[in-house]
Amino acid sequence: MADFMLKPLTALGQDAPVVDRIGPWTLTERADVALASLAFRRGREAELRDLAKGAGLPLPPAARAEAGPVWAAFWMTPEMWMVEAPFASHEDIRAHLVAVFAETASITEQTDAWVRFDLAGAGLERVLERLSNFDLRAAPDGAATRTMIEHLGCYLIRRSAALVTVYGPRSSAGSLHHALVQAAKSVV
Amino acid sequence: MIINHPILGPRDAQEFVYLGDASLIQRPDGMTASIEAFHDYTYLRDNSAGPHRELWYHEQGDRSWLVVTRNTLTHEILKVELARDVARAEGRSR
Amino acid sequence: MSQTHRIDAKLSAGQVDRSRTLRFHFDGVAYAGHPGDTLASALLANGVRLMGRSFKYHRPRGPISAGSEEPNALVELRSGARQEPNTRATVAELFDGLTAQSQNRWPSLRFDALSINDRLNSFFTAGFYYKTFMWPASFWEKVYEPIIRRAAGLGTLNRQEDPDSYDKGFLHCDVLIIGAGPAGLAAALTAGRSGARVILADEDFRMGGRLNAETFVLGEASGADWAKAAVAELASLPNVRLMARTTVVGTFDHGIYGAVERVSDHLLEPLPGKPRQTFWRIYSKRAILAGGATERPIAFENNDRPGIMLAGALRAYANRWGVAVGRRVAIFTNNDDGLRSAVDLAAKGVDVVAIIDSRADATLLPGIRHLRGAVVTDTAGRLGLSQVTVRHADGRSETIGVEALGVSGGWNPVVNLTSHHRAKPVWREDIAAFVPAGGESGLAPTYVAGAAGGDLSTHGALVTGNEMARRALEDLGFAARPSDLPRAEDAPVVLQPLWHVKGAKRAWIDQQNDVTVKDIKLAHQENFTAVEHLKRYTTLGMATDQGKTSNVLGLAVMAELTGKTIPQTGTTIYRPPYTPVALGALGGRARGRDFKPFRLTPSHKWAAEQGATFVEVGYWMRTQWVPRASETEWRQSVDREVLATRRSVGICDVTTLGKIDIQGTDAGVFLDRVYANTFSTLAVGKCRYGLMLREDGMVFDDGTTARMAPNEYVMTTTTANAVAVFRHLEFCRQCLWPDLDVQLISTTEAWAQFSVAGPNARNLLQKVVDQDISDAAFPYMAAGSITVGGLRARLFRISFSGELAYEIAVPTRYGDAMIRKLMEAGAEFDAVVYGTEALGVMRVEKGHVAGNELNGTSTALNMGLGKMVSRKKDSIGMVLSQREGMSRDDGLRLVGVKPVDPADALKAGSHLLKTGAAATVQNDDGWLTSLVWSPHLGHYIALAYLKNGANRLGETMRAVNLLAGTDVAVEIVSPHFIDPEGERLRG
Repeated sequence: MADFMLKPLTALGQDAPVVDRIGPWTLTERADVALASLAFRRGREAELRDLAKGAGLPLPPAARAEAGPVWAAFWMTPEMWMVEAPFASHEDIRAHLVAVFAETASITEQTDAWVRFDLAGAGLERVLERLSNFDLRAAPDGAATRTMIEHLGCYLIRRSAALVTVYGPRSSAGSLHHALVQAAKSVV
Repeated sequence: MIINHPILGPRDAQEFVYLGDASLIQRPDGMTASIEAFHDYTYLRDNSAGPHRELWYHEQGDRSWLVVTRNTLTHEILKVELARDVARAEGRSR
Repeated sequence: MSQTHRIDAKLSAGQVDRSRTLRFHFDGVAYAGHPGDTLASALLANGVRLMGRSFKYHRPRGPISAGSEEPNALVELRSGARQEPNTRATVAELFDGLTAQSQNRWPSLRFDALSINDRLNSFFTAGFYYKTFMWPASFWEKVYEPIIRRAAGLGTLNRQEDPDSYDKGFLHCDVLIIGAGPAGLAAALTAGRSGARVILADEDFRMGGRLNAETFVLGEASGADWAKAAVAELASLPNVRLMARTTVVGTFDHGIYGAVERVSDHLLEPLPGKPRQTFWRIYSKRAILAGGATERPIAFENNDRPGIMLAGALRAYANRWGVAVGRRVAIFTNNDDGLRSAVDLAAKGVDVVAIIDSRADATLLPGIRHLRGAVVTDTAGRLGLSQVTVRHADGRSETIGVEALGVSGGWNPVVNLTSHHRAKPVWREDIAAFVPAGGESGLAPTYVAGAAGGDLSTHGALVTGNEMARRALEDLGFAARPSDLPRAEDAPVVLQPLWHVKGAKRAWIDQQNDVTVKDIKLAHQENFTAVEHLKRYTTLGMATDQGKTSNVLGLAVMAELTGKTIPQTGTTIYRPPYTPVALGALGGRARGRDFKPFRLTPSHKWAAEQGATFVEVGYWMRTQWVPRASETEWRQSVDREVLATRRSVGICDVTTLGKIDIQGTDAGVFLDRVYANTFSTLAVGKCRYGLMLREDGMVFDDGTTARMAPNEYVMTTTTANAVAVFRHLEFCRQCLWPDLDVQLISTTEAWAQFSVAGPNARNLLQKVVDQDISDAAFPYMAAGSITVGGLRARLFRISFSGELAYEIAVPTRYGDAMIRKLMEAGAEFDAVVYGTEALGVMRVEKGHVAGNELNGTSTALNMGLGKMVSRKKDSIGMVLSQREGMSRDDGLRLVGVKPVDPADALKAGSHLLKTGAAATVQNDDGWLTSLVWSPHLGHYIALAYLKNGANRLGETMRAVNLLAGTDVAVEIVSPHFIDPEGERLRG
């Protein structure tokens, strides 16, 4: 085995995640979450749900996100969830999930397909209403939706009234970050 | 326009990509159908002024293909179904 | 100058703050006004009636209204880069330091050279352009149009970049209420108190609508105070969003409305970071239109002089702004509301010298000279009104000296937003006006309340506002609380229609486009009597005000001429936007560098450090070439990258290629159906080139697909088609074969993928990967999971360049480290990074098709890949690719082209002709699709589609480019310019 280790960069191209504080809001780049898509194979949904329950992996209903002690997940399509886990312990997340679900599921590593930003602070609807047509004010905690932000297909998750997660395409991390920062500045 | 997604509720039409006539679901079998049948399937469409069944793809959403019944004169949307359910109901399977 | 026309505060304080003074300039002259003023009210307070020149005749003009319907008082607001033409002075909120200039005049507003047009008016009637500037046709663009554009028109653009930013956003509500007059406020109170989510939008900076401009009492309070209290209560409700300075400009399908919020227009310049305007897309479940009504004028000779105004505007200036437009005024009316203006003005100390009332039987108003059965027949005053000529009921004429004349022809409900959905307004005889088509349309339940719906009294507005809110709440399942509407005036509409004074010719109907009664008569005479023809022939209602004060008047005159009724004559339909919208507001933040997002490749940071040149490919920024210090011209860099790769090894970031993970027990079957060739038989650990067709048999996309496990494939698409292919696969999966066990997800961005190509590719890679990748262990077209310094990675032995080549992928966060590691490991081989240009050169040298050949009109057969279309299985496009016209033996085939004389330069886009054949379309045998300079061969080479090309290798032809003027002798050759047997890539 070659005696080197490749050094990762964050989606914004930095050694460490970028944190911006704008008025009452904090925008944090998150590089510490591993992601994988989990889809049930045809006719295997019930089995998969049982296995998930056993593993403590939540499988939330449509348009929702749920978190367990280790695993969290949000709904993507009628047969697919995005699973979240701590990167430090689950970097090879697919291997972890294959061990649980075997052939009941189609599992694909998605960690680096996305950039994640967490926006925290009171009144963050005022920022998001300039970026997304999602009705965040009316959404319950745990709402998860795909939405367009400045032409980018993103996932928006309302963790609580004062915390949302935005997942956007990793290659456009800079553009998405710029959009979030500009919107926050314009309503500060 | 607002499309009332069967799973997700009302969503802005901006999130969708339009394909066209829902008759595209009825693809002939390539091993048995004639070139003429494929020609009709590929090129011929009804151009109805009134209710029209059409395919919309929720590209910036949950990736569902939908069959939307829309009045082309008023844009009133009369019905929205998952295309997969429609296809199965129309006898398509594997 | 002092505010000579401001009414004594004891008589009319108005709603301006006289304790504070705002300084401003108009045409370079300094004036003063107060907070709460508009530019128009402040100028009128300073005795300035003349504010502009008319569009065509350059006639002196002043404001006729006190609102957004204003056709005349258009100015250039601000200066320098912030200068904004055609701003209505009647809605421009005054701020300290405001500067404005009049427009469409030269050299000055008071003396305008082009007012000569007014003397030549007989030439400038309707249809003038069509009749006059006909011949010769070549004169139109070069001579006529520039002259006309200079003479006619409104403000000018400064051609500097707008220094301000604009924003956009999305709002949601149960009930959107448009207009915050008595109807809108009543509706908002009812809806807001029920707990529904309410948005109340009003274009004015002060909510209250006409309540601010009238002397009405609501209950015990003045109308303005009642409005202020209502707004205060609404502001205290968390479920209500009050949006002043916000114009709802368009109605769209299913309850979507567009609105412009003027965030900073009332400031000298926006606060740091704040937008000038925000364009909102409002999603509403129900909407209540309470946009009020617009007063309409009566047409009479010379009715456009500064000082002649709508009577309601005259009283609005007195009541709301404490401004007397003139000290001596007269009122010309056909209805009782005109009398109210006279009473209000008289109460403010204005000398109302006469009411000219066209109704012989009007109820006599005591205390003011009320001339019943009389009309105004003419006016005088060069730059502003000085006298009116009145014809009494008995036919006698009298001239009366006045500074201002208030005209009231009745009130038109604002139907604009309801007709954006093509709902034709209907005529109501009792109020002689159009009202919105009855009921709600099935599409966007919109209720109409107050004057907008034809209920013109304050009582009617409150009652209908409340009622429409209750209906909306009931629809949505909210319980409305009992209402406590205050008592308010409930005067009936008493009106005898009078549209124009008989005998008038140059009586203005549309003041913004200079359309007169005479023009309407001409249109009638020339048979342009249908309303849509009338509009286009005369330009009636086609100016920036969309004819808010003129449309009904114009078609009423046409109705008289044709002897039809107004409903028989019909009406035109208003379209969005309700008032003009700045393009900047529609663009929002998407400007300059922020016009669209960028996608950066994993090696971007490294490439930028090397000084790479980037090229935009969709949203992607790809490395185009990486120049070295000594290289001054792009070809030097590209040639070096190609030669170094073919000589030793080159590295290219290919992350942008689309990658789709396809899993499921039916994944192989699925691929057999979406690809023309077969994938279900592909061995695990191998990859294959796939050709994807459209159903019409044309090639859609291509790429390699690898089988990573029995039920798991990774598909590669072209960069350009990544999204379209994914959409297509979802269509096939959900709509065509809904029961196949297949799951899809894009992994394009998850992996940083690099092509490593050239004779030393394996030697380089073996230094970084942990497994044996000898030819025996990892043969041509192998694919599999490997590790790089222990890190999970993927390796594919595929080649686009014709060299021994691999593509290696690591999780994207390690991509930057990977390119650095590859360059470090490649140093001993003089490894280079090559960009998209070198990539293109090498694929043409190898004869691989790409975007230029995959042009949507090419078949597999055209590309020389006809054998790839399997007929042993059903696949998309298989059947129609067999159509006769698409399977001809002598059809277009992909060939290579090289100049007979290697020194000759070929031109892109050249067409191929037989030697000696004339360069005509009939003789066209094909064309060059891709052209590059091959540093390997030392001359230009091209790929081409050529008729019967497979049988013409060795033929000498002409490559003709008529645009470039080139004609080069070329030889038709195999498209595989290097290594036709493929020995290198299998090495």
